[in-house]
Amino acid sequence: MKKKPSTLKNMVISLTLIAGAAALSVGIADAITTEPIALAKQARLEAAIRVVLPEFDQLSEPDTLTVDGGELIFYRAYNNDEFIGTAIATFSNRGFSGQIRLMAGFLPDGTIHNIDVLRHSETPGLGDKIEHRKSTWPQQFRGQNPATFNLRVRKDGGDVDAITAATITARAYTDAVQRAFDALEGKR
Amino acid sequence: MNNLAVFTKGILKENPIFVMLLGLCPTLGVTSSAMNGMGMGIATMFVLIMANASISLLKTQIPDNIRIPAYIVVIAAFVTCVQLLMEAFTPDLFTQLGVFIPLIVVNCVVLGRAEAFAAKNNVWSSLLDGAGMGLGFTIALTMLGGIREILGSGSIFDYKFITGDGILIFILAPGAFIALGFLIALINHLKIKKA
Repeated sequence: MKKKPSTLKNMVISLTLIAGAAALSVGIADAITTEPIALAKQARLEAAIRVVLPEFDQLSEPDTLTVDGGELIFYRAYNNDEFIGTAIATFSNRGFSGQIRLMAGFLPDGTIHNIDVLRHSETPGLGDKIEHRKSTWPQQFRGQNPATFNLRVRKDGGDVDAITAATITARAYTDAVQRAFDALEGKR
Repeated sequence: MNNLAVFTKGILKENPIFVMLLGLCPTLGVTSSAMNGMGMGIATMFVLIMANASISLLKTQIPDNIRIPAYIVVIAAFVTCVQLLMEAFTPDLFTQLGVFIPLIVVNCVVLGRAEAFAAKNNVWSSLLDGAGMGLGFTIALTMLGGIREILGSGSIFDYKFITGDGILIFILAPGAFIALGFLIALINHLKIKKA
């Protein structure tokens, strides 16, 4: 079959049809994936809450608070109707490459139970040491109360060990945790 | 050219990375670990196969003057589908590759194959060409990612075999250029020897 000549009519028809078919297929893909994407996000969130808090059997409805141009999301956890802690989805915009989102779990007295990374785009091999599966660095926050534990890296006069070659990442991490703690204190 | 040659030429003889030096932006950007390189390679391979096949199907219907916008629309649609599917079913890999997935649209390997091969050949050979080129791209990215991960993090596919850090520069951008340079030199050396 011969190629269609480049007349205006042919070009308009051809491009319109191609764009229409492309839009249709993207629409179908979106319709198929909307639910799994939401589920995957929800599962990731719930898994993170389980990591950062002691065992619980009930979770309150999420409660959001807007600070510094971003959203903090609070989840209060209960075990046998007893309040056991708050998980806060927090963030920092000071990451080395983009926003860092963490889930920080605080016991009722403000002590950090554990912290997990929700999302980051830090350099693999350097900044990704903030993930539990990559290094033991995030362990140092466990059992510390930010009221007495200075949430800044040692270089800046705080109590947190920095990450070799990724000080900016460590700073952003502590910034996010501090933001969560301040919000928690403010709410009390 | 027989079908086998169409498929295999992308793996070594006309490898998009080592020989044609196409699509170097994602190559240098995502290959900080073997897993990332492989994920990116497979995503690109899928887009290459689908785009090559559909452009070959449509080639007589697309007037010459608008072929580039038409190809780009087709490619962009497939990339968006891949992105949505990855976000839904491989969320971890998706977060790792992040901004590089949408950038497959402007990867010159994909447009290059559409223009140089799919627009002139039948659907079946175009499909094979896409698969071969995609495989070559995947192998190249996995190799580069593997070398950088071994030297830079002391691990391979996230399996750590030394404690502590490796040679950090290989994780960072300069390490990508250094490792790619040596790989291309090696491949050329082998090719010259063979000839």
